[in-house]
Amino acid sequence: MSTTASPPSTPSFFQRARKQKRFMFGFTVTLLVMAFALFAPFVAPYGEKETAGPPYAKDGLFGTDYVGQDVLSRLMHGGVGVLVISVLATAVGMVLGILIGVVAAYGGGWWDEVIMRLNDVLLAFPQILLALVVLTAVRNPAAWVIIALIGLSHAPRVARVARGVALGIVSRDFVVAAEALGEKRSRVIVAEVLPNMIGPLLAEAGLRLTYSIGIVAALGFLGFAADPGAANWGQMMNENRLGLATQPWAVLAPVLMIAIFTIGTNLMADGLAQLSQRGDD
Amino acid sequence: MTQVAILPDPLAEVAPPRGRSGGAAWAIWLARRLGLAVLTLWLVSVLVFLATAALGDPVRAILGRDYNTNVGRREQLEAQLGVGDSIVTRYVDWLSGLLTGDFGTSLANQQPVWQQISDTVVNTLVLVLLAALVMIPLAFGIAMISAHYRRRRPDTVIQVVLLALAGVPEFVTGILFVALFSTSVFHIFPAVTIDSPGGKPWDTPKGMVLPVATLVVAVTPYVSRIVRATLLEVLDSDYVELARLKGIPESVVMRKHALLNAIVPGIQVIALQLAWLAGGVVLVETLFAYPGVGRQLVDSVRNHDVPMVQALSMIIAGVYIVVNLVADILSILLTPRARTAISS
Repeated sequence: MSTTASPPSTPSFFQRARKQKRFMFGFTVTLLVMAFALFAPFVAPYGEKETAGPPYAKDGLFGTDYVGQDVLSRLMHGGVGVLVISVLATAVGMVLGILIGVVAAYGGGWWDEVIMRLNDVLLAFPQILLALVVLTAVRNPAAWVIIALIGLSHAPRVARVARGVALGIVSRDFVVAAEALGEKRSRVIVAEVLPNMIGPLLAEAGLRLTYSIGIVAALGFLGFAADPGAANWGQMMNENRLGLATQPWAVLAPVLMIAIFTIGTNLMADGLAQLSQRGDD
Repeated sequence: MTQVAILPDPLAEVAPPRGRSGGAAWAIWLARRLGLAVLTLWLVSVLVFLATAALGDPVRAILGRDYNTNVGRREQLEAQLGVGDSIVTRYVDWLSGLLTGDFGTSLANQQPVWQQISDTVVNTLVLVLLAALVMIPLAFGIAMISAHYRRRRPDTVIQVVLLALAGVPEFVTGILFVALFSTSVFHIFPAVTIDSPGGKPWDTPKGMVLPVATLVVAVTPYVSRIVRATLLEVLDSDYVELARLKGIPESVVMRKHALLNAIVPGIQVIALQLAWLAGGVVLVETLFAYPGVGRQLVDSVRNHDVPMVQALSMIIAGVYIVVNLVADILSILLTPRARTAISS
């Protein structure tokens, strides 16, 4: 799908992005879900923990859940938590990972070897496992704990990508020139190396956001949450699972929101990845 | 293709030793790779121990409000975890236990950990193997169809569908399957695995269908997309063009020239996905109440059962390391270029 047939240097990255169908579709879906998560709480017919009727009744669009809360209202309130935690966890993971990866690539030699070996250790943990292991010793984890854990589980994966991208840049002439001019190492990284990594890193951030949403929802689904009564798409699945046969919407509504959200972010990430490679398939 | 970018290159590990015969070079390479695996496993054990024993207070988490009132139980738990000793002593005790096959005693029911784990490990292995057996031919089949119609309508549709599926978390697919096939639309398969004491979960094959299907849907997209990308790369190459010009039929070109070259990247991505499955089973097993390692891990985390969590996470991380090791060795053996890089 060569929607970007233009010569590589003329239009800017974002101008080209606007012409890419896959990216625009994913981006639009993502924005819509985010807008829903942020603004729906203001128009929800019932409060977050307000009882609307008997359990599993047919009132309202989606009926009521296992304790009689309105499913539609819970759905409208439940997005903010997932959204905020996923975005912050992605940010933490990206910053840590880029830092590790660029330092390894720029430091080179012995630094590179040691950092990447330690990175392999973290990579041996499936992402959800890293979070679960720490949650063993903690009861009702606070939101920042979850953000830190998910961010930490992203970092080694981001670091590997960032290192790969940075390796292709640190040996280029303009970096060598900046070093020859006597620039400080930190300044070379910030001013010369990082700006040239934006394309692939944006794509990676999109991918990480997809996984963050999945893990946040998964932790809620497994019942590890700061506030057990709060509306949260992951927790809603957990609470109402046993009533799936009687009141499917109480589970399916949050499930579909997560599915749509992740499909949107993943298409967006893949569109960005294609743009940054200027490849055509 | 972000997934391609993160595939490790087995050649990167290889520093071709000069002036030695093939066999010696092989042995050195293998020893180095094994040494790295052991080193990684050891660092993993340090990390697991610190994360479970040093970060929080498991005793407080287990007892909750009873922490101050139930002094007897508190002291008993603290004695069992060895809370009074220094962290280094406790780690060394735990590690030497692991090495001699003693995984400790569960806090939740005071049974030896190994006795509870041995059955569930087998259950999970069966689940993962079944998923892999379905996934590998399916992923290669889809990739071949897609590469056959490359950059035309069927290919585009397949790629967009795969890409969409790739992002959806596995338990979300699982819940949709349950709603579709067992509770809301059709009533074909049971929503949970039937776990009779003494019996095996595969005694009722119907109960295995949905867990396996969920895992297959979770991993097929990645494998299929990478195999397709490799196939396309090969199909565009000069020697395939030459084969076509010689008049070899397209199906033979696909099978003999393209597919064989896609096997090595295929093995690597399959290994990555199998390793991913080691963690992916956590959610799928919990969803379907499948009596495996993943569900046991979640239950143990809920009970703050430190020795169980430590043993289970060591097993999962160990599987990951071993799978990657095997994949690296296999892809070196199957790549002539890499073989000569080592032994020449």
